[in-house]
Amino acid sequence: MATITLDSLGTRVRNPWIAFGLRRTWRLLASLAALVTAAFAMIHLIPGDPVRAALGTTADPALVAARRQSLGLDQSLPKQYGDFVVNLLHGRLGESIGAQMPVSGIISGRLPATLEIAVPAFVLILLIAVPVGMTAAVLTKDGRRRRGELAFTGVTGFLGAVPEFLLAVGLTAAFAVAWPLFPVASRGGPDSYVLPVLALTVVPAATLSRIVRVETLRVLGEDYMRTARAKRLPARLRYLRHALPNLLTSSLTLGGLLFSSLLAGTVLVENVFAWPGLGTTIVQAITEKDYPLVQGVVLVYGAAALLITFVVDVAVAVADPQSTVRGS
Amino acid sequence: MSSLELRGITVRYGRFTAVENVDLLVPEGTVTGLVGGSGSGKSTLGKAVVGLAPTRSGRVLVDGADAAPRRGHSPVQLVFQNPYASLDPRMSVGASVAEALPDGVSGRRTPARERRAARDAEVARFLELVGIDPARAVLTPDALSGGQRQRVALARALAARPAVLIADEITSALDVSVQGAVLNLLRRLQRELGFAMLFISHNLAVVRYLCDQVAVMDGGHLVECGPTDRVLERPEHPTTRNLISCVPTLALAEEAS
Amino acid sequence: MPHHDHDSSLRHRLGRTLRTPIGITALTACLLVALVAVLGPVLLGDRAARIDTDAINQGSSAAHLLGTDQLGRDIAARVVVATRLTLRLTLLAAVIGVGGGLLLGVAPAVVGRRLGRLITATVGVLVAFPGLLFLLFLATIFGVGSTGAVLAVGLAMVPPMARLVQNLTASVAGSDYVAAARILGVGRFKMVVRHLLPNIAEPSVLFATQATGGILVAFSGLSFLGLGVQPPQYDWGRLLNEQLNRIFVNPAAALAPGAAVVLTGLMFGLAGEVLAQAGGRRAPQAPEPARGQQPNPSEEPATDGDGVLVRACDLRVTFPGGRQAVRGISLDIARGEAVGLVGESGSGKSLSALALADLVPHPGRVTAGTLRFDGHDLRDDPRLGTELAMVFQDPMASLNPALRVGRQLAEVAEVHLGASRAQGAARAVDRLRAVRIPAPERRARQRPHEYSGGMRQRAVIAMGLMGEPKLIIADEPTTALDVAVQEQVLDLLAEVREDSGAALLLISHDLAVVAQVCDRVLVMYAGRIVEDLPVTALLGGAAHPYTRALVGAVPTMTTDPGTELATIPGRPPEPGETGGGCPFAPRCERARERCHRTAPELSDFGPDRQVACWFPVGTAAAGGSVAATSYAAEATS
Repeated sequence: MATITLDSLGTRVRNPWIAFGLRRTWRLLASLAALVTAAFAMIHLIPGDPVRAALGTTADPALVAARRQSLGLDQSLPKQYGDFVVNLLHGRLGESIGAQMPVSGIISGRLPATLEIAVPAFVLILLIAVPVGMTAAVLTKDGRRRRGELAFTGVTGFLGAVPEFLLAVGLTAAFAVAWPLFPVASRGGPDSYVLPVLALTVVPAATLSRIVRVETLRVLGEDYMRTARAKRLPARLRYLRHALPNLLTSSLTLGGLLFSSLLAGTVLVENVFAWPGLGTTIVQAITEKDYPLVQGVVLVYGAAALLITFVVDVAVAVADPQSTVRGS
Repeated sequence: MSSLELRGITVRYGRFTAVENVDLLVPEGTVTGLVGGSGSGKSTLGKAVVGLAPTRSGRVLVDGADAAPRRGHSPVQLVFQNPYASLDPRMSVGASVAEALPDGVSGRRTPARERRAARDAEVARFLELVGIDPARAVLTPDALSGGQRQRVALARALAARPAVLIADEITSALDVSVQGAVLNLLRRLQRELGFAMLFISHNLAVVRYLCDQVAVMDGGHLVECGPTDRVLERPEHPTTRNLISCVPTLALAEEAS
Repeated sequence: MPHHDHDSSLRHRLGRTLRTPIGITALTACLLVALVAVLGPVLLGDRAARIDTDAINQGSSAAHLLGTDQLGRDIAARVVVATRLTLRLTLLAAVIGVGGGLLLGVAPAVVGRRLGRLITATVGVLVAFPGLLFLLFLATIFGVGSTGAVLAVGLAMVPPMARLVQNLTASVAGSDYVAAARILGVGRFKMVVRHLLPNIAEPSVLFATQATGGILVAFSGLSFLGLGVQPPQYDWGRLLNEQLNRIFVNPAAALAPGAAVVLTGLMFGLAGEVLAQAGGRRAPQAPEPARGQQPNPSEEPATDGDGVLVRACDLRVTFPGGRQAVRGISLDIARGEAVGLVGESGSGKSLSALALADLVPHPGRVTAGTLRFDGHDLRDDPRLGTELAMVFQDPMASLNPALRVGRQLAEVAEVHLGASRAQGAARAVDRLRAVRIPAPERRARQRPHEYSGGMRQRAVIAMGLMGEPKLIIADEPTTALDVAVQEQVLDLLAEVREDSGAALLLISHDLAVVAQVCDRVLVMYAGRIVEDLPVTALLGGAAHPYTRALVGAVPTMTTDPGTELATIPGRPPEPGETGGGCPFAPRCERARERCHRTAPELSDFGPDRQVACWFPVGTAAAGGSVAATSYAAEATS
């Protein structure tokens, strides 16, 4: 996916690590620039007058004009874009139309709630998917235990197909209504975290454990695993020392997108549990046509997704230098 | 009878120079073997001749004229090393050969049915030429063995009526017993049809068997070129000497006894 | 004409797959959903729209299976009726997504280089963002409502679809057959239609089908968030949105539209699975007929004799279904001896070697009358870890890419010789030095990708030298290497053998390689050893017609260029194709009636030589007396 500039950058530098770092950082910066531009362009792509749309058709023309001015919409486009970028660099994201508050303030107030469910979910997904997928692969390799394999692929396939928000609804119905173990909604004590985190974890964990299983089976079929057998190493060493590092890198590469979509999954799950995070904020902002707020949240989500993929790529590169040398 | 002449061919991938300033003449109707270790640039040179490698400078002349494809139809054809990858898995082998036939075999004004019949006949002729039963034209490549696929690939190349044929390691993916049959076939067709051939191989014994002239490459340079007997019996360049000394031969076994 | 043959076979495979349980389920589900979508609004439309102020917010009852909503409308009917709108919007969005993705995906192959790169880069940036974020962004622009949601969901699918198609196209475009077509002067447009599209069709269709399931879910999500379908219209997501806050009172009303989404989503996934199977990527496996052909191992002589290191009698490797890839071979390897094992691909030579190393991969089963290494049964013998060294064909693949080379060597000493980490590391460096790897201390800390091909193979040999090998099994050790490097590796093997006194079993398709290193050659054909002869007899002295043909088929530095090379007509039999006769008989010009009837056993042919042929070369044509000792075999078969 490199552009011409990326290629020439990469090939001009001799050290593969520096070349990789440059290439990857350049790609991150380019994507961030695209994100910023898209967020800026959004308000101009909306058909009609966004301020009029936000304030309603009956709004006082003077108010509309004043709001246009405060949003800078009366300026020329390049000027607006320049101001937007400069403000962004100073952490200023404009003012929410609905709440009449700085967008950055709303976001910093809401972001912790989102992270509080996203980060534990992220950790749980890894803790569940890797051992489960590996064990399933070892137990079913070479066509052993056909029924077990069928059960595993069936269950994980089903769980992977259930969308997060429906799972959230189902979990609520089961563990908050029918069997009231946990609160139905809103953030409170530790028990209020269980259902949202679970709703975020199950689907990606099922999908990732499928990926891990397939990758494990692939790794077990590699020649170097035969070499490990030829060395008569005990099974524990063969799986943990020889198979695990290889399947982790490839699983992470494939699962990288899963993690950034986990962030997006919070939007739906938060809305089911009325969780006071960014997800409920953005949906409300879209319905209320509070465009500066939408802009701000889109920027935060987008930047977070890009950072996650960047970190995953770098982690994979460190663990598997071969792929770095080959050029990503 | 046609000849191939390369003048000052240079191929670069980014900063890496794979082939540098190579001049080579394959005289009319003869076979030149191109040998060298892996990474010597011999395959890249072959690709450059047919335009599959990024040629920085140099000219490819066929019969003294620039070999730029005329209306997409190139006078130079190439047969690839791996017969399992060089045929479209979704195309019947007949269609693959038909694709190579020059347009207008029987003129534009003839009815479509006659044109198709003429094409089918041509396909059958070329398949027969390489020893494949024309009835198998409807099969997809997965129904054929490696040796048969390589014959089809050869038929496809020949159907384009090339003046020059480039054979890039065409037997190295084949089993020993099949190798001999493909080499026999190639030699017979070359003599019958009289095209010039650049035969790229790492196997000196095969080159010696098939070629009139041998060119040796090392590190992207052409280091030695001459009649086969002379080069193999009195090699002048150290690379050539080294290559010859590394050939394991059955004769060793005899000497030992 | 060109694709006709393939199409019919695809149709055939699709028909076969549809008759499997998963195929039947998928087909039934699709028909059912289509039926509900078509008939639902016709039959239940009125009921779903009827407002009943007497029955507001009721729970489930006989009259209202899932209860009623805040206007007293029947929820069950509304869920059924919503099927049509949900599916229509889903499919509409899918058309946008698949069409756009296909266009953007194939475009780089058709348009100029610059524009192509720009498209690829743009798609690359777009896929980095999660789909839902993209969706919300587009929903903001297009505004709340069905049209906006269709556009948003459809466009959000474009980047991943385009990325997939681009990857597929790039791999097809880089293939030899496209290069061949390019040399033939096939134009860009014809290239796309003839070569690219047919070869990316199957995975694209599969992905599109499964992505349609994803679109259904995404669309329902948007409606659920209140950003999609707006009242008075309703789809499943909208119904879910309306009923969620009543989940305490009437959970069934909230769960039913959710279940509809999940089940329909699964249906798309299942349909994709069926298409994938029909495409032959995951062909339904026909159970192989189990043939009750149990090998009957004969009893062995009790002792091996002093000089014998490896003794195998009646060694067989059987795969499920009774296919035998190795069909009863017997061989001895003396201490310090170098034996070559030659044959074509499929002859069973590699599997024989793996059987001797107790490494035959899973479905393969090894049976043998005797299978002894240094006087002990070699199966599950941990001593093999130090006394048997293996060298495989591809040195890159046989070293673990994630571990440092030194570590991979050292662990042998740690596991088998009780060495500490430091001792193991020290020995690893010492062994790397022994195979003449320069700067072994530094090299031990590197990973395999930093080694050259020849050096990797040296490292693999060094790994075998961590213990005290009595046997080195090398399976095509130089096939993946350059000619010059091949020479070095062969020299190294000879040297190692001299130093350690280990025996060598060298498997190769290249007679010349074997001739250079070995004392004795075993020739395999169709799972059997057909000749056992000293290497000195290989050139000109072979007794089996197959060995002679193999020798004659390869040009050597002394072959007369004026003569035709020897060829062997026909092809070797597949495992399971061998009848009662000599497996080589159909390709043998010396074959007579007896050869087609009875298979000859491997029997003595002069000193230190054995051959399995009724009419070996070098005897009187009518004689065959040398092989006459195996009349017993004829009688039993």
